[in-house]
Amino acid sequence: MSLKFEPRREIPAWLVYGTPLLAVALTILSGYFLFMILGLNPGATLYIFLVSPLETQFGLAELAVKAGPLILIATGLAIGFRANVWNIGAEGQLTMGAIFGAGIALAFWGEEGFWILPLMFVAGALGGMMWAAIPAFLKTRFEVSEILTSLMLTYVATLVLSILVHGPWRDPEGFNFPQSRLFTEAAILPVILEGTRLHAGAFVSLFAAVAAWVLLTHTVTGFQVKVVGQAPMAARFAGFSQKGTVWFSLLLAGALAGLAGMIEVAGPIGQLTPQLTPGYGFTAIIVAFLGRLNPLGIILAGLVMAISYIGGENAQVYAQLPQAATGVFQGMLLFYLLASDFLVRYRVRFQSTKARDAKPRPEVAAA
Amino acid sequence: MLNRRQFGLSVAGTAAALGVGPMVGRAIAADKLKVGFVYVGPVSDHGYSYQHDLGRKHVAEHFGDRVETTYVENVAEGPDTERVINQLAAGGCGLIFTTSFGFMNPTLKVAQRFPKVKFEHATGYKRAANVATYSGRFYEGRTVCGLIAGKLTKSNIIGYIGSFPIPEVVSGINAFTLALRSVNPQAQVRVVWVNSWYDPGKEAAAAKALIDQGADILSQHTDSPAPIQEAEARGIYAFGQSSDMSRFGPKAHLTSIVDDWTPYYIQRVQAVLDGTWKSEDYWGGLATGTVILPPFNPSIPEDVRALATKAVEDIKSGALHPFTGPIKDQSGKVVVAEGKTATDPEILSMAYYVEGVQGTLPK
Repeated sequence: MSLKFEPRREIPAWLVYGTPLLAVALTILSGYFLFMILGLNPGATLYIFLVSPLETQFGLAELAVKAGPLILIATGLAIGFRANVWNIGAEGQLTMGAIFGAGIALAFWGEEGFWILPLMFVAGALGGMMWAAIPAFLKTRFEVSEILTSLMLTYVATLVLSILVHGPWRDPEGFNFPQSRLFTEAAILPVILEGTRLHAGAFVSLFAAVAAWVLLTHTVTGFQVKVVGQAPMAARFAGFSQKGTVWFSLLLAGALAGLAGMIEVAGPIGQLTPQLTPGYGFTAIIVAFLGRLNPLGIILAGLVMAISYIGGENAQVYAQLPQAATGVFQGMLLFYLLASDFLVRYRVRFQSTKARDAKPRPEVAAA
Repeated sequence: MLNRRQFGLSVAGTAAALGVGPMVGRAIAADKLKVGFVYVGPVSDHGYSYQHDLGRKHVAEHFGDRVETTYVENVAEGPDTERVINQLAAGGCGLIFTTSFGFMNPTLKVAQRFPKVKFEHATGYKRAANVATYSGRFYEGRTVCGLIAGKLTKSNIIGYIGSFPIPEVVSGINAFTLALRSVNPQAQVRVVWVNSWYDPGKEAAAAKALIDQGADILSQHTDSPAPIQEAEARGIYAFGQSSDMSRFGPKAHLTSIVDDWTPYYIQRVQAVLDGTWKSEDYWGGLATGTVILPPFNPSIPEDVRALATKAVEDIKSGALHPFTGPIKDQSGKVVVAEGKTATDPEILSMAYYVEGVQGTLPK
């Protein structure tokens, strides 16, 4: 007997929409037992985890604050992943975007001007693009794996940030503490909802995701990206440029990640600090796959991810759940969602070795 | 199921606070004070966050039913900080301790939103009507360690593992070096910066590098026990940081500079209960019990032990100030004149190395 996975030729609609619900149900069930073993009231803890983030205006705004950068970055990454371009270094591109954006904010510190924020947006996107251009160049010119180069450049970016906040960009009135001055008003994204942290960045994310969806489904460029990813040979015959696609998807992902970084420093943080993000660039990879590499799915996936983070914090605050336990719960949610997604696309078959030898079928390796 | 009852209470509070907003949270706080703590590391770091959590546990014990405590650990300094602090305030906490420097600006932002909630921020320098600051005079402990090191070193090279080149850490290096050279003018201090408060891997690597350069005593201003373990393995001495780290290297561990936040936390919680809380800047040291040195290693000779014990007493009584002039910086310039002592603002903005520290301070 052996275990085989074979792709389903047709995927029934009820399965596509039903499995995420099943995954959530399984998470709730497992969470129930997890919290019970920990000696907590399982029902109340689940409520805190999954519902409490949605109950207040502040909570909803925080959801947008947390999901915003994830959606923005994941959208860029998904387009690359569709084209088989594996940009793992969004965290570094985000950091560079934040540095470039902050550079503008600090250069015009204390000055008024409606043009400062737009300039920061442009600088942030350029910073991310510049950082993503390095793996793109190395890939197209020397065939160097973009997985390695983009990932390693993340550490370089973090160190560049560290040099700046410990050195030239350190707050002169900050007692040598490694952080920049607080940006002045002209360089801060306005808060949209009084009493919360909801800022204009959330709309940038939403707009980017919808635009990316239009790009993928309604334009030749989007078609090209998908063909290059799924059938490189066919793409070549069609005259689609492989190198052009590598450049396009890396630069786009870099720009969006850079924007996300700039929005973080101009929004919730308000200054340049040595630690800018809790790993948004890496979490966004999960979000991209959770959203099935579809920008509209990514919006949902980003929100789910944000709920699990904020719910985890709430569970610590209100139920004294240890942080490790919130991590376990979050891991279960992701595991069930991704596993069910896999089972939607592939059928599990048990078959004897003989039968397999006799009748070859289209197979994939168990991934 | 031990936690059930306690949990039922907090869920009731949660539902009310979440459902109807901060107004109800305050109503609950009126009969029972909720105290929140935000930690930068895991409570299991055996260092800085561990000590703060120990303080929280003592608060819970001391006040019993009158107080309820809660905490969030491993909170990244970044966009998430403000939300966590806000959740605590919205959840009905009347007093919130934010225990890392990087929480400073988020604490102030949340404090503006919740003017009736009291906030206490550790190691920062910005205050508001409802935001107090507190810290420890860790450099006082460093002086005692410096004396011990000066007497015990044979290679005359002391390794010092630094976190970030901020005044708190730099003043510690300087206090240590001044005391070291007061008993052993030949001794030098070598500093390695790891740019992290808690990174066992980097701290161990720094310890190895310093030992390879001939250091026979290590001092650290980072929070993991990794350097102590490295010193134990290589058969040299080391000073622990934040908590009593003797169990990680019984032979190597000379003493630790322990932060004990319990007296301060109890005092501040009491002040809120009494309605006498005011925004202040608290800076406790050996005298207030904020900084304590656990028992010295039995292998320290009697005369060195006596010297160290006397230094502790003199600092407590005020007879000895760790920064007494003349103090020269690395270039030989006098920074504290003879007969003077460094003022608190001078210590809090210290951005130079004294004579005897090798290398240059990262700028």
